[in-house]
Order: sequence, then C-alpha cells, then structure tokens
Amino acid sequence: MSEVTATSTALSPRRMMLKQALRHRGLLFGGFIVVTIVLIAIFAPFLAPHDGYEQVLSRKLIPPVWFDSPKATWDHILGTDHLGRDYLSRLIYGARISLMIGFSAMLISGVIGTTLGVCAGYFGGKVDLVISFLITTRLSMPVVLVALAVVSLVGSSLTVVILVLGFLIWDRFAVVMRSATQQVRNLDFIASAEALGSSTPRILFVEVLPNVANHIIVIATLEMAHAILLEAALSFLGLGVQPPDPSWGLMIADAKGLMFFDGWLIAIPGTALFLLILAINLLGDGLRDVTAPENRG
Amino acid sequence: MLAYLFKRLISALLVALTVSAITFSMTFLTGDPAITLGGETATQEDLATIREFYGYDKPIPVQFFNWLGNAVQGDLGHSHYLNQPVATEIFTRLPTTMTLGFCALLFALVLAIPLGVVAAIRPNSLLDRIALGVAVVGQAMPSFWFALTMMLWFSINWGILPVSGTDTWAHFVMPSIALGYYITPGVMRLTRAGMLEVLQSDYIRTARAKGVSRFSLLFKHALRNAIIPVVSLAAVQFGFMLGGSIVIETIFAINGLGFLAWESIQRADLPMMQAIVLILSLFYIMLTYFADAMNAWLDPRIRVA
Repeated sequence: MSEVTATSTALSPRRMMLKQALRHRGLLFGGFIVVTIVLIAIFAPFLAPHDGYEQVLSRKLIPPVWFDSPKATWDHILGTDHLGRDYLSRLIYGARISLMIGFSAMLISGVIGTTLGVCAGYFGGKVDLVISFLITTRLSMPVVLVALAVVSLVGSSLTVVILVLGFLIWDRFAVVMRSATQQVRNLDFIASAEALGSSTPRILFVEVLPNVANHIIVIATLEMAHAILLEAALSFLGLGVQPPDPSWGLMIADAKGLMFFDGWLIAIPGTALFLLILAINLLGDGLRDVTAPENRG
Repeated sequence: MLAYLFKRLISALLVALTVSAITFSMTFLTGDPAITLGGETATQEDLATIREFYGYDKPIPVQFFNWLGNAVQGDLGHSHYLNQPVATEIFTRLPTTMTLGFCALLFALVLAIPLGVVAAIRPNSLLDRIALGVAVVGQAMPSFWFALTMMLWFSINWGILPVSGTDTWAHFVMPSIALGYYITPGVMRLTRAGMLEVLQSDYIRTARAKGVSRFSLLFKHALRNAIIPVVSLAAVQFGFMLGGSIVIETIFAINGLGFLAWESIQRADLPMMQAIVLILSLFYIMLTYFADAMNAWLDPRIRVA
C-alpha cells in the first residue's frame, strides 16, 4: 500500500517541468511578452488605430503624446513618421512582418539543420564527416554579407529574405542536434529498437526525434530571435523588407536622417525590437533550464 | 602534434576550396552574367564580346579553375565599377577594418573577462546577477540601433565623441563598442563557467592552503587555465566581427572592408563582393585553424582525439 501512495504523491516528469516553469521568472516574463506580441501581430487589423500605409503629409512628424508639444495628440499615441503615417499602426503591422519572417526562416533552417544534425549523430562515420564538413563550411562564410549579396543579386522580396535567412542559419540546429543525437544513440532503447528490427526511418522518427525534441524547441526560439535580428539589419540596410511594408528595421532606417531632431523616431521601433528579442531569448533560456537542467551554463 | 596539425590543415584547405566554389557560383545567381553586365539594351554582338572578354563562354569548371588560379596568385578579379584590380582596393581598406575589429575585441575582452571572473567568485550573488543581466541585455540589442542611440547621446546631445569618420582614435570608440558588445555575453559566460570549474580543482585548494594571496590565486593560478577556451572563442568571434562590421561601418562611415562591401552591393560590383566574401571566409578559416592549433598545444588531450 505504501508503494501506491508513494507513486501517487510523486509528480510526473511533465508536471514537475510545469511546476518548474511556473517558478522560472525569466521564462514567465519572456513568455508573457512573446505571447502578447504574437497576439498583437495576429489581431493587427483590429488593434491598429489607423491604416499603417496611409500617408497624410499635413500630419507628418507628430511627436508621441507624452511629449510636451502642441502637435501631440491622442489620435496618434506614438506620433506619425516623416510621411504622416501613424507610428503605432506601423509598429503593430511591423510585428506581423518580423514574426512571420523570423518564424518562417527558423522553420526552414530548423528542418535543414535538424535533418543534417540527426543524420550526422545517428549514422556517424562518413556521414558525420561530410555533414561536419558542411557545418564548418557554412560557419566560415559571413552571414550578413552573404545574405546582403544574395538578396541584392536576386532582388529583394519577403520570400527571398525568408529563403536566404533560412538557408543560412541552420548551423546551430545542426551542431546541437548532432551532439544530442550522439548522446541518445548510445542508449539502450535504441539498441533494443534495432534488435527488434525497426526500420531506420522508424528509429529516427519514433525513437530519436522525440528524445531530442526539447533541444529543438530551445534552439528554435533562439534562432527565431536571430532571424528577426538579421531581418531587421537587412531591412535597415535597405535590402530586406521593401517600403511601403512596415518593418522595425526599415522604420529605424527611415528615421536615421531625422533622428538628430526627433530621437523618438528610432527609440520606439528600436525598443520594440529589443523587447521582442529579449523576450524570445529569455523564453529560450528558460525552456532550456526547465527541460534540461544539466545544460545550464 | 604534427600529425594533428596536418590533418586539420587538409580539412581547412578543403573548406577553403568549397567556400571559393560557393563564392564563385554567385556569378550565376542572376542567370546569365553577361546580360547583367551588358544591360537590357545590349545586342547579341555586345553580349558575345562581354562573354569572350570575361571568359563566360568557357565551360563553368574551366572558369572556376581560372578564377581560383588567379585568386591564389593574388588576382582577385577586376572591379566593373572602379575599373581597377579588386585586390588593390581591398588591401587599402583592410587595415581600417582590422583596427576596428581589434579595438572591438579588446573592448569585449576587457569588459567580459573581469565580469566573468567576478560572477564566478560568488555564484548567484548580486554581482553575478548583474553580470548575467548585462549578458542578456547585450544579446537582445540590435547593433545598428545601439550604434545610432550611442551616436545620438554621445555625439549630438553631449558632444563628447565625433559622429562618424576615421580621423582620430576617438572616432573608433563608438564603433568598437557597437561591434564588440555583442560578443561580451558569450565571453563572459565562458569565463564564468571556466572559473567555476577551475576554482573547485585540487591545485587551487593547494594554492589556497599554502597561503597564496587572493589576487594571485584568482588571476595567476585560476584564470590562466580558465581562459583557454575563451582564447579560441575570441579568435572565432574576431572572424565573425569582421564579417558583421558591414552594418557598423555603414553607420559610422568607416572606410573599411565592410563599407566597401556595402558600396559594392549598391553598385552591383559582383567581382568586388565575391572577393570580399572570399577574403573574410579565408580569414575566418585561418583564425579557427590557429585557434585549434593553439588549443592542441595548450591541451594535449585534444591532439589524441
């Protein structure tokens, strides 16, 4: 009887993880901001007070409401840009573009990197040699420069930016998946699955993948932040999101010439970008702490 | 040791060869490079002349080996825009970027290593938390935004530092910080982890027992061993910084390799872009090679594996 009570009071690993997650301040804070920004992005058309594309030149460069200026108005809480477009609305639509590019690029790089990493870790030998070689090669090429060059040659569009970033930033997925798979590969349940005669795809998908999934989620969050930062940098240099589409990087680039007179023009999109990246990173670090405490460092 | 170095050298050369092939293939990203050069109005004869002049009429592998052969001899191509050898321009700009990269690295190390050491002495103390906070905030700040914000405060509002250019050492302060802060979190975390591990080892306990002063214990005994992985990280990050300096150089109008890359992209000067990508990649390969060699020398265990 005592054994039964012992098992019922002990928490399952999943419940324990949840309990840890609820105590992890960084994870909660990051998670809260990420969820908020994602919701804002999804419901952008309902939340944006104005059309983010409409230019009203008679109402350009209105400062945010907290500025002591006769022009400041509650109609444009965060003011308007140099073309008279509502800054808050552009910020809200910008979240959509940032998240979409970040998520799609992360998805592509995740598929490439995970496939390569798991294969290298599981098969070892020559496969590992070739894939490790690919990773080294990829790491030796400067990301920003190659991305800029390729985008400028092919021509900039949302799809091109997503594809270029996706095909460039799979290295961390591959590196982490490789070592995670190497660890799992030597465990007994893989040997027993092999002894049972499971096919290789079955072992990879049913035995290996679920056991490295927590690493995938952690890297996915961190790489999404990386992709968003890269998109912002590309847009800032004029080779990412093209006007009139709003992107936070592009908003900062547009405001660059005016920032000495109206510093808030770069402060607002910059803060938004900073908050989003900070939140995603905190979420990623938190998830790593909760799912694999031994990996803290 | 020699066998290890030789094996590493072969793989570094193979990586370099692959990188050159990828860089070379950029020529064909837009389809026919002759049409790109000649423009839409070019006649068939013009295109034929262009193809013959640049060798686009030869089979692609032949073109690649010609290009590679020239590159090995220091001829990195001919800039369409500047109408002069690419190498000349690159080597006049390279020292500026190297200076910037070096200052940025110096800033990062001077900030990150003491922070990492302090954080390791008292894990989970207030200082440790502050250091961690610096790391987390540092990683989330977009470098171009950070650069502009610094410019706004230090140059415009307070007038302490020059806005842009490369005339004096003061011009390098903000760009170095903007470029260097991004790698501080990594260096700090690695120093902290290394110190935490070393401080628990037997020889540190021995040193403590024989009455070595606290300063000497930390900086002479412990840090010297904890720093080994930091050295190779710093080498690798130096390579990344040179590649990433394009954004910072553009903002601060620093006439280095990154700015040249940016100008070449604006001018669609493909040979120049390819040469810069190639140079930076090769430099990175070299850096990682030396970092590995140094690690193997410092830590004999690596050589055997």
